Amino acid sequence: MEPVIIFDKVSKSYHLYHHINRLKILILKLYNSVSAFRSSRYEALRDISFTINRGEVVGIIGKNGSGKSTTLGLIAGVIRPTTGKITVRGRVLPVLELGGGFHPELTGRDNILLNGVLLGHTRSHVKERRDEIIEFSGVGEYIDQPIKTYSSGMLTRLGFSIVVNLEPEILLIDEVLAVGDKEFQKQCINKMMSLKKKGVTMVFVSHKMDELLKICDRVLWINDHTVHMDGNPSEVTSVYLDS
Amino acid sequence: MNATLRYQIDLIFTLTQKDLAVRYSNSYLGYLWSLANPLAYAMTFFLVFKVFIRIDMENYAMFLIAGLFSWQWFSNSITMAPTIFIANDSMVKKVNFPRSTLPFSTTLQDMIHFILSIIVIVAFLLYYDMKPALSWIYGVPLLLVLQFFMVFGLSLLLSSFNVFFRDIERLTNILVMLLFYSTPIIYSETMIPDRFKLLLYLNPITPIIISWRKLFMEGTLDPLFLMLSAAYASGAFIIGYIIFKKLSWKFAEAL
Repeated sequence: MEPVIIFDKVSKSYHLYHHINRLKILILKLYNSVSAFRSSRYEALRDISFTINRGEVVGIIGKNGSGKSTTLGLIAGVIRPTTGKITVRGRVLPVLELGGGFHPELTGRDNILLNGVLLGHTRSHVKERRDEIIEFSGVGEYIDQPIKTYSSGMLTRLGFSIVVNLEPEILLIDEVLAVGDKEFQKQCINKMMSLKKKGVTMVFVSHKMDELLKICDRVLWINDHTVHMDGNPSEVTSVYLDS
Repeated sequence: MNATLRYQIDLIFTLTQKDLAVRYSNSYLGYLWSLANPLAYAMTFFLVFKVFIRIDMENYAMFLIAGLFSWQWFSNSITMAPTIFIANDSMVKKVNFPRSTLPFSTTLQDMIHFILSIIVIVAFLLYYDMKPALSWIYGVPLLLVLQFFMVFGLSLLLSSFNVFFRDIERLTNILVMLLFYSTPIIYSETMIPDRFKLLLYLNPITPIIISWRKLFMEGTLDPLFLMLSAAYASGAFIIGYIIFKKLSWKFAEAL
């Protein structure tokens, strides 16, 4: 068992930036706004610790606003913990929200390159993989159309296809897959199963208990900004559903 | 080559290519539009100052052209700078890529436009019986590097601040307008009365604009203006980079 994601007593609080998003307010009430700024913190995660091992597939459940997305952001390294220590070993690839990191005026083909490079791959590597990505996405002849013409389902397909075909070591999925049709969702689950067999570590936020039961080795229930329960998927989900 | 550097070059190349493709999508005349703006300004200023006000200067049209294109690079980049991270918020919030590549590639993109517009400057020179000097071979790359670092530094500064204070965007528009009239572009530096001369040296873009014009029209580089340009460029870059470093880790939270 090789730990690849370690959260050691991690807390994260946010400043509420809306207090200072006007320069006018900052200048007119400098003293007040500074003290308001200091005091207005929102605690998203409080003192959480857990370890995820290589090849584990971990589901995260919890109410809206409980800190699930903050946890994924911390793993991806886009935000830093306020206190505590996070260790992540391996290349993290997040599945972006609908159309995130795409440019609407560019074709699907160009967007694959743009997105793949932004996700940390070289141009030549993305180009090598491009045919596979197009094939898996199932957008067909639309691939040479600007993606502003795509439906939301097609965008999700393309986005998911890019990430899973670029050999992630750690895959983060934030409730985006709910958009595609049934067939695509099945295709996604199959792909995730095959990535799991290859030893890819996955962290997966979802509200669909049947999906979680199908592919997860473990489920974390985040409630009230802490890990409320951590364990076997069927146990955690049944307690969660009863609560 | 070092793998990280190799990747960063790929990233900058891809982002610049994207910016260029987006800029010219759905546009029939494409690149020609980026010439239209400074040329329209040149025509207007020529009409107003040469024909109506009768400014006492030979080759006034050439004079305008030699300053307006480098100004265009500066003003395009600086006006766009505040929106850079906001426009790419979904990427910034989810992916941990080197954020400085975004302002870098927009600066690069505007530099490429400027380089392409040198053809127009050459055409005007030939029309006025002048020709490009040999000194361009080292002068052009030197000034390109200086202006690049000045614009990149200011872009880092403005784009980082604007994530937290959205008013920077409005403020920038006004400052760019004020800078335009306080920079010797439509008038020459020799016309400024002595008591305002200090202003000339305090304006950070004056030295580089004058340097470009001297290089294009006379084929010379003035050491004083060159040194001032270098000083302002390194100052802008260092300050911009420090501010960016201090703020960039919070971008994903504040966007």
